[in-house]
Amino acid sequence: MSYLEYRLQTVPTGLGKLLALNWAVILLVCAVSAVGFMMLYSVAGGDLSRWAQPQMQRFAMGLTAMFIIAMVPIWFWRNMSAMAYLLALALLVLVEFVGVTGMGAQRWIDLGFMRLQPSELMKITVVMLLAAYYDWLPIEKTSHPLWVLVPVFLILLPVMLVLRQPDLGTSILLLAGGGTIMFIAGVHWAYFATVIGSGVGLIVAVFQSRGTAWQLLEDYQYRRIDTFLDPSQDPLGAGYHITQAKIALGSGGWTGRGFMEGTQSRLNFLPEKHTDFIFTTLAEEFGFIGAFSLLILYALIIGFCVTSALSNKDRFASLLTFGIAATFFFFFAVNMAMVMGLAPVVGVPLPLVSYGGSAMLVLLCAFGLMQSAHVHRPRQG
Amino acid sequence: MKASPKDIETSHRKITRRGFVFAAAQLALVGVLGWRMRQLQLEQADEFRLLAEENRINMRLLPPARGMVFDRNGIILAENEQNYRVVMIREDAGDVDASLAALAQVIPLSAQDIAQARADVMKRSSFVPVTIADRLSWEDIARVSANAPALPGISADFGLSRHYPRGADFAHVLGYVGPVSDYDLSRIDDQDPLLQIPKFQIGKTGVENKLERGLRGRAGLRKIEVNALGRVMRELEREEGQPGDDVQLTINARLQNYVQARLGDESASAVVIDCESGDLVAIGSAPAFDPNLFVRGISVSDYRALTDNKYRPLANKAVQGTYPPGSTFKMVTALAAMEAGEIGHSDTVFCGGYTEVADNRFHCWKRGGHGNVNLRRALKESCDVYFYDIAQRVGIDKMAEMARLLGLGIHHNLPMSAVASGLAPDKAWKRRVRDADWRIGDTVNASIGQGYVLASPLQLAVMTARLATGRSITPRLVASRGGVAEPSGAGEPLGLNENNLRQIRRAMYDVSNDRRGTAYGSRVIAEDFRLAGKTGTTQVRRITPEERAAGITRNEDRKWEFRDHALFVAFAPFENPKYAIAVIVEHGGSGSRAAAPLARDIMLQALYDGTPPLDAYPSKDRNRISNQHDDLDLWDGVEARRPTRDQA
Repeated sequence: MSYLEYRLQTVPTGLGKLLALNWAVILLVCAVSAVGFMMLYSVAGGDLSRWAQPQMQRFAMGLTAMFIIAMVPIWFWRNMSAMAYLLALALLVLVEFVGVTGMGAQRWIDLGFMRLQPSELMKITVVMLLAAYYDWLPIEKTSHPLWVLVPVFLILLPVMLVLRQPDLGTSILLLAGGGTIMFIAGVHWAYFATVIGSGVGLIVAVFQSRGTAWQLLEDYQYRRIDTFLDPSQDPLGAGYHITQAKIALGSGGWTGRGFMEGTQSRLNFLPEKHTDFIFTTLAEEFGFIGAFSLLILYALIIGFCVTSALSNKDRFASLLTFGIAATFFFFFAVNMAMVMGLAPVVGVPLPLVSYGGSAMLVLLCAFGLMQSAHVHRPRQG
Repeated sequence: MKASPKDIETSHRKITRRGFVFAAAQLALVGVLGWRMRQLQLEQADEFRLLAEENRINMRLLPPARGMVFDRNGIILAENEQNYRVVMIREDAGDVDASLAALAQVIPLSAQDIAQARADVMKRSSFVPVTIADRLSWEDIARVSANAPALPGISADFGLSRHYPRGADFAHVLGYVGPVSDYDLSRIDDQDPLLQIPKFQIGKTGVENKLERGLRGRAGLRKIEVNALGRVMRELEREEGQPGDDVQLTINARLQNYVQARLGDESASAVVIDCESGDLVAIGSAPAFDPNLFVRGISVSDYRALTDNKYRPLANKAVQGTYPPGSTFKMVTALAAMEAGEIGHSDTVFCGGYTEVADNRFHCWKRGGHGNVNLRRALKESCDVYFYDIAQRVGIDKMAEMARLLGLGIHHNLPMSAVASGLAPDKAWKRRVRDADWRIGDTVNASIGQGYVLASPLQLAVMTARLATGRSITPRLVASRGGVAEPSGAGEPLGLNENNLRQIRRAMYDVSNDRRGTAYGSRVIAEDFRLAGKTGTTQVRRITPEERAAGITRNEDRKWEFRDHALFVAFAPFENPKYAIAVIVEHGGSGSRAAAPLARDIMLQALYDGTPPLDAYPSKDRNRISNQHDDLDLWDGVEARRPTRDQA
C-alpha cells in the first residue's frame, strides 16, 4: 500500500471535510478578528467606515479563501510550494521596481481591489517551501551541511530583498519562521548554536559599524535601537512612540478605561494607533483583563495548531502547521514585546487585529493551509 | 516517492520531540509577555495613569477683569476696554492669501501688515488663531463681522486692555499698567500664575502698582482636554475666577482736571485736601503724560521725549518732589515758639533788614527792614528777621517736633509711588547723617524753611489742614476698596493751644485779605469763602554777594533753573475750613505772583464744586477768569460713571 493510497483512503471527502476542520482554530481566529474590528472602530473614534469596515471585508474575503484552501488536498499545496515561493519572490523583485512605498517601510503593488505586499505573501510561501523541502529530503540528510545550506539560502534570499525595502519586522519574521521549520525538521543543534553565536557576533558588528563607511543598518534603525535601550532619553522625539505606548498600556490598569474611552489613542498621543500600536489601545481601554485575554486567545490558537501538528503524521503537513504556528506566534509575540518595551520597534503588526489587508489575507490563507493539513491528515485504519 | 512506515515513524518522533521544545519555548515567551503586562498594567498603573492625565489635560488660565477705578463721584478713571482684533485660523481659511487679500478690502492693512500676518499664520499650527490686526475700531470690527462669509478663516475677537479715559489727568495718581517683564518677576515674590501669561498687564506705578493685588483679582481655571498636537478637544472643567476689586478714590475728577489744566505747562504741583476727612480731592503734578501710551507699549521716541524733558513730566511732584518750604514754614516756627512760651502773639521784634548771627549776616527779603513787627505782621508781610529771632529762642529740636506734629518730615502712607518723607531736621539728624554739630546758623535758615528743611506739596497741604483744624488730619487717597470703605483721616486733636492756632490762622487771613498781605492780589471777594494762606519763595541757590552788589536779585534776570520756587499754602473758608491747598511752581519766581493765584483759582473751584461766579474774584481777575474755559484745556468729554445697582 503506497503512502499515497493510505492517505487517500482515510481522508474524508465532500462535505465530510467540513466536519473534519479544526473548528476551534476557526472560532479563535474569528474571535481575535472580532477584537480587531472592535478596536479599529474604537481608534477611528466610532467611525465604522474608516478602518473597521474595510478590515471586515478583507476578513470575509480571507475567510472564504481559507475555506477554499482548506478543502483542497494538502498534497496539492505541497506540489504548489515551489511555484508559490517563486511567484512571491518574483513579486518581491518586482516591487523593487514598480512598488510604491507606503507608511515609511513596506512596499506594495496596487491590485485595484487591494494593495498587495509581496513581503507578507513571502512569510507563508517560505514556510511552505521549507516544509516541502524537508518532506522531500531524506531524513538522514537533514543535518548534512550541503542540505542545510539550501534552506538557509532559500530563507536568506527573500530576507535580503525585504531588508532592502527596508522592512526589518518582516525580515525577522521570515528568519524566525524559516528557522523554526529547520529546527523542527531536525537540523542538528550545533547549527543553531553556531547561528545564535554568530548572531551575537553580528549584533556586536552592527553596533561597531555605526558611523563607519560599512554601516550595516540605516540611521533610523540605529535610532530605534537607541530608543529601545533607553526611551526616556528622547521622550518627545524618537522615544515618543514607546513612551506613549507604555503610558497607554499602564494607564489601563486592571479593567481599563472602557470601550472608546482610551485617551491616549483617541487624542492621538499614540503613533500608528490602527496598525502596529493597536494593542496599546486595547490594553488602555480594556486593561489587563482585556490584554491578557487576547494573549490567551493567541496562545490557544498556537496551542491548537501545535496539537494538530503533533498529531499529524504527514511530514509536510506537520512541518507546515508548525511553521504557520511559529510565524503567527512570532507575529504577535514581537508586536507585543515591541509595544510593551521588551523589543525594539521594528514594525510588526498585531496579527488579525492591526489594520492591513495583505497581512489579514495571508494569515487567513495560512490558516487555510493549516486546516487543509488538518483535514487531510493521515488516519489510522 | 518513498516514505516507508519506518521513515514516517522516525520523522514523527523527531518532529514530536522538537515540537515539544518549540511549544515549551513559546509557552515561556507567552509567560514573559503576560508577566510584562502585569508589570506595566498592574504594578505601575498609577504612575502611568497619572502620565496619561498629564498628557491629556491642559490647564488654561482665565484672566480676571482688572478692578475699575472711580473718582469720589463714581466717574470712571480706569477701565477695561474691549480690545478688538481680527484673528485667522489657517485650516479654516483654506487659501490664506485670498483671505488676507479679501480682509485688506475691508479694513486698512498695509502690504507689510499682510506679509507679517502671512508669516505668522504659516508659522503656527493650522488650528491656532493668529492675530492679524490689533486695536481695531468698532467700525472696522463691524465691517469684518458683516463680511464674515467672504472672509473664510477670519473672525473678530476681543480681549481686555486697560484704558484711562481721563488720560493725563490721572497719570501720576493712578500710574499705569504694562506687560509684566522679567525684571518685574525677579523683583516681586508672587506665585500668582497669572504673571506667567505673556504680556499680562500689571500695575507699574501709582495706585495701579500699590493696589495691584486687589485690582488684579484671581484667575479662573479651565481644564481642557487636548490631543497630541495641542488642539483643544473639549472643556472638562471650569472654575470661574474672581474679578479684581474696584477702587474708589477720594479724588474729584472734575477738580483734578481743573488743577491739571490750570497748572498747564508749568513745572508745578498742587494738592487739595479735605480738612474734615483728610480726603485728597486733587493731586496735581505738571507736566503730565498720557498713561495710555504706556499700556500700549510706549515708543522709544515718546519715552525719550518724556525723560529728556527738563520739567520732568514722569515725576509725581506732589508726593515725590521735596522742596525747601520757605516762608510757608514760618507757621511751624511761630507755633513752636508760642507753644514753648518763648513769645506771645503781641511781642515784637525789630527788623532792620538783616540780623547778625555768629558773624554771619542773614538778610530779610525787604532790604530796608520792617521795623517793629509782631507775629501777625511778621506772617502777613513775611518778615524774615522776626523768625530768625524767635527760632534762636525756641531751638531747632522744638521746631522739628512741631514740624512733625504738623505732618512735615514724616511719611504719609498713600498708595502712590515713591512717597517722599521730606525732612524736618534736628540736632540728632545732623549728627547722625552729616556727622556734624548743629550750628545756630542752621536754625536761622530753618526758621524760614530754608537750609535742610524739605517738604513735599502733599506734606504742606497736610500741615495747612492741621493748622486750619487743630486736628491730626491724615491724608487719604482711597475711599473704598472692593466696596469696603477705608478709615477716615479726620484724626484726633493735636493738643495745641487753640488760642495760638487762632493767632496763626488770623495772620494767615491777613496774608490773603489785608492790603499789605503778600497774597492780597489773590484774595477771594466772596464773603463766605475767604482764604487764609501763606506765600513762600525759596531760593534754589544762594544769592552771591557779587550778584547782590550787581543788583541781580530779580528772578527774571536769572536762568529758569536758578529762579526761586514759588509756593503757596492756604485753607478756606476761613471761618469754617473745608479745604486746604498747597501749590508749588518750580522756579516760578515769587510765591505771591506765581503760586497764590493758582491756589486761589483751584480753591474756588473746589469750594463751589464747579465754576464760581465771577464776583467771587477781585475785579482785576474777572476778565481772565471769564475766558478761562477757553484758555484752559479743560475736559469736555462725556463723563462715564460707574453703573449703579439701582439702575441695573
